[in-house]
Formats: sequence, C-alpha cells, structure tokens
Amino acid sequence: MDLALSEEQEMLKTMAHDFLTDKLPKTVVKEIEESEEGYSPELWKEVAGLGWMGLAFPEKYGGSDMSFLDLAILLEEMGRACLPGPYFSTVVLGGLSILDIGSEEQKQEYLPKIANGEAIFTLALTEPSASYDAGGIETKATANKDDYIINGTKLFVPDANVADYMLVVARTEAKSKAEEGITIFIVDAKSPGISHTVLKTIANDKLCEVVFDQVKVPKENILGELNQGWKEVQKIIQRAAVAKCCEMVGCIQQALDMTVDYAKERKQYDRPIGSFQVIQHYCADMATDVDGTRLSTYQAAWMLSEGLPCTQEVAIAKAWAGEACQRVMALAHQIHGAIGVTIDHDLQYYTRRAKAAEVSFGDASFYREIVAQEMGL
Amino acid sequence: MDFRLSEEQEKFRQEVREFLEDELKQGLWEPSCDAWIMGHDPEFTKRVSKKGWIGLTWPKENGGQERSFADRLILTEEMLRYGAPAACHWFADRQIGGAIVHYGTEEQKRELLPMILRGEAYVGLGMSEPDAGSDLASLKTKAVEDGDYYVIDGQKTWTSGGGHMNWIYLVARTDPDALKHRGISEFFFETSLPGVSVQPIVDITGGEHFNEVFFENVRIPKKCLIGEKNKGFYQVLNQLDYERSGMERLMANYPLFAALIQYTKETKRNGKPLSQDPLIRSQLAQLKIEFEIGRLHMYRVATIMDEGRAPNWESSMSKAYGTAFEQHLASTAIEILGLYGQLSPQSKWVPMKGMAYHSYLSSKGYSLQAGTSEILKNILALRKLELPTQ
Repeated sequence: MDLALSEEQEMLKTMAHDFLTDKLPKTVVKEIEESEEGYSPELWKEVAGLGWMGLAFPEKYGGSDMSFLDLAILLEEMGRACLPGPYFSTVVLGGLSILDIGSEEQKQEYLPKIANGEAIFTLALTEPSASYDAGGIETKATANKDDYIINGTKLFVPDANVADYMLVVARTEAKSKAEEGITIFIVDAKSPGISHTVLKTIANDKLCEVVFDQVKVPKENILGELNQGWKEVQKIIQRAAVAKCCEMVGCIQQALDMTVDYAKERKQYDRPIGSFQVIQHYCADMATDVDGTRLSTYQAAWMLSEGLPCTQEVAIAKAWAGEACQRVMALAHQIHGAIGVTIDHDLQYYTRRAKAAEVSFGDASFYREIVAQEMGL
Repeated sequence: MDFRLSEEQEKFRQEVREFLEDELKQGLWEPSCDAWIMGHDPEFTKRVSKKGWIGLTWPKENGGQERSFADRLILTEEMLRYGAPAACHWFADRQIGGAIVHYGTEEQKRELLPMILRGEAYVGLGMSEPDAGSDLASLKTKAVEDGDYYVIDGQKTWTSGGGHMNWIYLVARTDPDALKHRGISEFFFETSLPGVSVQPIVDITGGEHFNEVFFENVRIPKKCLIGEKNKGFYQVLNQLDYERSGMERLMANYPLFAALIQYTKETKRNGKPLSQDPLIRSQLAQLKIEFEIGRLHMYRVATIMDEGRAPNWESSMSKAYGTAFEQHLASTAIEILGLYGQLSPQSKWVPMKGMAYHSYLSSKGYSLQAGTSEILKNILALRKLELPTQ
C-alpha cells in the first residue's frame, strides 16, 4: 500500500497549482463567469498547449499517455482554482467517454481535436426528471433510413452554449425495462433543430436547457452499441462522479487553507481567533473532513485508473464528498464571520461550487442506495 | 499510489481469518464487542503467541518478526472483526513491548520481551490520576530514589486492565522541583509487590474494566525504570501516538455492525425484511461509508509508521474520527432495533445478545480514553494546522 503521489505527480500538481494561481485570480474567475461564453478562449488555448486536454489520452490520439489518476491531480487543482469553463465537459464527459467506448474511427476523428483544443464537448444526459436513473431518459431517437431523428428536452447540460459536439443519451426502443433501449449519439451541436437556453445557477456555470426538435444524426454517430447504452452511461456517470470529487477535494482544501490563514490573522479580544479552542476544533473538524474526502476520492480515482471494479468505492467517495463539503463550507463561513458572506470575498466561489457539486452526478442519497446494494441489503 | 495490499498481506489476512474461524468452530469463545479490552482469555492469548502474532513488528533480535505496521493492522483488524478475546496481550503487544524495544536497556529487553511474546504479561496502564486526566503532566504519584530502589506512593485511576494485570506500566513524578513536564519517569513492574492494591470501578455497562490502583510504599528495583529518568513525559507522548493509531479505535464494536446488518436481513416488519426499508438502507449505508472512510484513515497511519515516522496528528485525527463513528454506529443500532434496542444483555427478548445496549453505553468512553476528542483536536489544530496558542 502506498498512499503518496509519485515524484512526477507531485511535479504535475505543483505545475498545475502555479499555473492556475497565476492565471486565475478571482477577478478573472468573476469576469469569465459573467461572460456569455463562460470560458476564456485564450486560457483554453494555453491549457491545450500544456497538453492538459489530452493528458489521459494515448499518444496516438494526440494525448500524453498519462493516467486517470494523473488527471485527478489536475482536476483537484482546477477545483482549488475555480477554473470556469468546459474542461470537465470536454475531457471527462466527452473525451474519456469516446476513448472508453468509441470505435477506432471515432477515436481518431474526435480525440485529437479535443487534445489540441479545437473541439468542445459535452454530455446531454439529464432531463426534466433531473435524475440519474434510466427511467429519466425520455428523449427519443427514431431510426429513419441512414439517420436517427432526435426529439426531446435535455436539462442541466453543462456548457451546451459553447459545445461543438454533444454526447446525447436517447431512447431508441421502448422496452419493458427502463435500462434497455438506450443509445448514446455523438451529435454535432450546430445541427439544425438544436436550441439552448442558459440556466442561471448557484455556481454561475453554464448549465443549459437543450431542446432537440427533429435533429438528424447519422447512424455511424452511435457511440457504443445500439440499445445497449445504459451500462456505458453508468460508467460515464461513475467517472464523472469521481472527477467531480477531485474538484471537490481542491475546493475544500482551499477553503480550509483560507480559513486557517484567516484564523491566524484575524484578532479579537487582542488575540488571533485561531487561538480559541472552539475555532481550533472547527478547523480540526474541517481538516478531518478534507482528509477523509481526499483519501476516499483518490482511492476511487486510483481504482478507476487501474481498471478495477469500484462501484462501492466510487459511491462511498461521492456520498462522503457531497456531505463533507457542506460541513467544511459551513465552518469556513462561521470562522470567516461577516466578511465571508460578502460578494467581494473569495470564499463565496467555493461555497457556490461545493453546493452544485454535491448534487451533480449523484447526491449522497443516490450513492447510499448503491452502497446498500453493494452491502447485499 | 497503490491502495492494494500485497499478495502476501492478503494471504496473511486469510491465515488470520482461518485461525479465528477455526477457533469459532471449536466454540472456544463467542464474538463480542470490546473484546480487545474486556475479553480476558489467557488460553487464547497463548494460542496467538504460538502463531507468532505478538510482537509482529518488533526487530528479530528482540524476538519479533520485523513485519510492517500494515501487517499488524491487518492482524488487529481481523481480531476486531471477529470480536476475539485478545485483552490479555493487547496492551503489552501494542505499546509496552514497543516502548521497551525503543527505550529499554539490553537487560530489560532480554528479561521482559520474551515474557510479553509468550503472552504472559497482562499489563495495566497506570497513567491518569484523580486530578490528572487530560492534563497528565499534573500527576502526583511519586517515585523517590532510595538506594537501589524507587519507592512509589500515590494513586492511579481509570487504569485499563487493572483487574487482570500482573504488570503495570506506571508514569510517576521523579523530580518534584522541575517543571511539571520535566520531572516524570516511566516504570514497568509486577503488581504482586507489597503495597499495590486494586479497586475496580463499575462503568455504565456494569463492566469492571477501569480500576483505581493504590501504591503505598511500594519498593521497586531501579531496573524497573524505562528510558531516561525525568524524560518520561516525552516518551509517553510518543507512545500515545501509537496507542491512538490502531484499528481498535474504529472497530471496537464491529461485531455489532455485522450483527445489525444480519438482523435487518432476517427481521420482518410489515411483511418485509427491515433491510428493504429505504430509511434503514440509508442508515446502514451511511455507517458503511463512515466506516470505510475511517479504515482509510487507519491505513494511512500504518503507512506512515512503515515509513519510519511516528504517527503524529494523523493518529489524533483517526482516533477522534473513529470513535465518533463507533458512537454513531451504536446509537443507530438502538434506533433500528427500536424498543428492543433498550434491552440489556441479560433480558428476556433481547436481540443480538444485547450488543447494541452494551455498545451504546460502552462507546461513551471511547472518545475519552487515550486522549479525549477535544485533546486530539487541539493536537490537530496546533501540530497540523499550526494555529497559535495565544
């Protein structure tokens, strides 16, 4: 057992930390959040130039041949820096899904585009039911000669406003079991019949409603197998959940660091508030939650990276992270006092993101049920 | 990064399981909560000793096996999972043997370690006093030099294992004029000496695990001093890091968890097993999640020890976390059992041998012994987060 990062991984972490700290003061984060696109095309190019888009892709697709675990480190630092934009959508939801289930042709076509920063991807999975269950998929794709025609409404689709491609999860056959008859399509986001509306969200990210009205998709754009898509969707959700946990680790680590720094500086009754035991114990509780989240997240990330079965470990990590983040942010605010609830203070970026992350790709209740099943209950 | 145990370690786990399964099959003991601290079974301890499972991590020259702390964690994890009666050797194996290996003279190692390895040292831990709990350095028990002897006078309390002990590990004041942290020494001696008397304290479970121990003019040879005179407090701090680091801080009531899961599968309410009730599924899953997080904390501590570092704030974190989990487990167990949860082990109709009742009451002490959760959080705040003291 070895719970430490390798030397190379430590270097990657330091490099990512320094780069993101340099490029993303919160004034820039705010600017990007408030922009129509929700990302900075200049920064996007720089990130692609660093090789981060294709970090976990094989070299033959323009990648760096590194692992999901390496990507996890990067995602942690992105969570720490509050990087806005479609990196997660493009790489985790789009690229890794194609790498995992795409045909050789699809990989050759799309992965290099992602790796060099040319294409933005996203996943159109959830619908107005707002659930991650197969029963929530009502969008239909009907066969029509060499094409499929997609009709339906997708909700909470990240970055659809700037996406070049979407992986669309649709029902291709009505079956008695909800998990059957589902197919994933790679859809050109600029296809006629697709419209989007950006939703106003707590994290100020670009979650969208996407309406598909008679959208034509060629049959060869099926990702994976016809009607067998749900088991692949589950893998996509699983990977996204772990990736989200990585961002959450970065988020609460930063919140803890900011809080401890503040507790050392802020004086009341002629002494730093961090010298009061109640504040010390709050900080200790935060640190314990941060470490528990980090340990379980990296366990899940490592197992995914190694290709080991990890349904239970992923469920534990995400269920834990979701609730631990809320505890950490609550204490961070309590210690920061009134300054922490002002719009000009950095803490609010973490508060907002932590809450959105809690419900993304399965909340604690969702994963507790999976843990219960894994326990044989 | 690699979260796996090695093939050899998995084999070792299997070997321990087979040994314990075999013991159970023979009906030699019954699984119970707190068996690591309350299950006094000298014969079991002898069988464990024969397997070579005492002193697992000690150097070979001291009769140990030089195995890793992760190996030892596996061993203790299985002992606790099965609720095996390991109390006779637990303290000696966990911390006293290690302290002698670390601080003892060659003579002490030669004389004392084989006895521990044979499972014959039932050790009581003489630390707390009526006026020295969390503030251990305020202890008053005296050890005064008199020729070739130290003469001990004073009183210890909450002495774990005092009722069964034949040896005691004692922390006493050897320099009353020095600053309170700097005048303390550690001793290890037989409790059959004249002047030692023991009075059990009945705890809220009805158990007599804690004791008061009185020392009246007890003359112990000077060779009973462990480590350096007046440096005992710093030795204790180091030993406490080890004392706090083990699986017993997460799995003391593990048999309750296993029994509870089984109970919900077998017990029907409104025609359906309890395990199909969404609320109960959620409660049990939450416990499982908390348990697995705790397990990762524990394994992290073991990997730190295997790197040759003393577990420091990490064991404070894992102990405070682990004992909170155990209390949550016990409380949830009673909640799930409903009205049955209040029945004592001796009661008619009691489910699960009264483990929930026992564990609920017993677990109140978990977050007090070996460092209260508040002291542990102080350590975390000061040592890890470097928050100021004033």
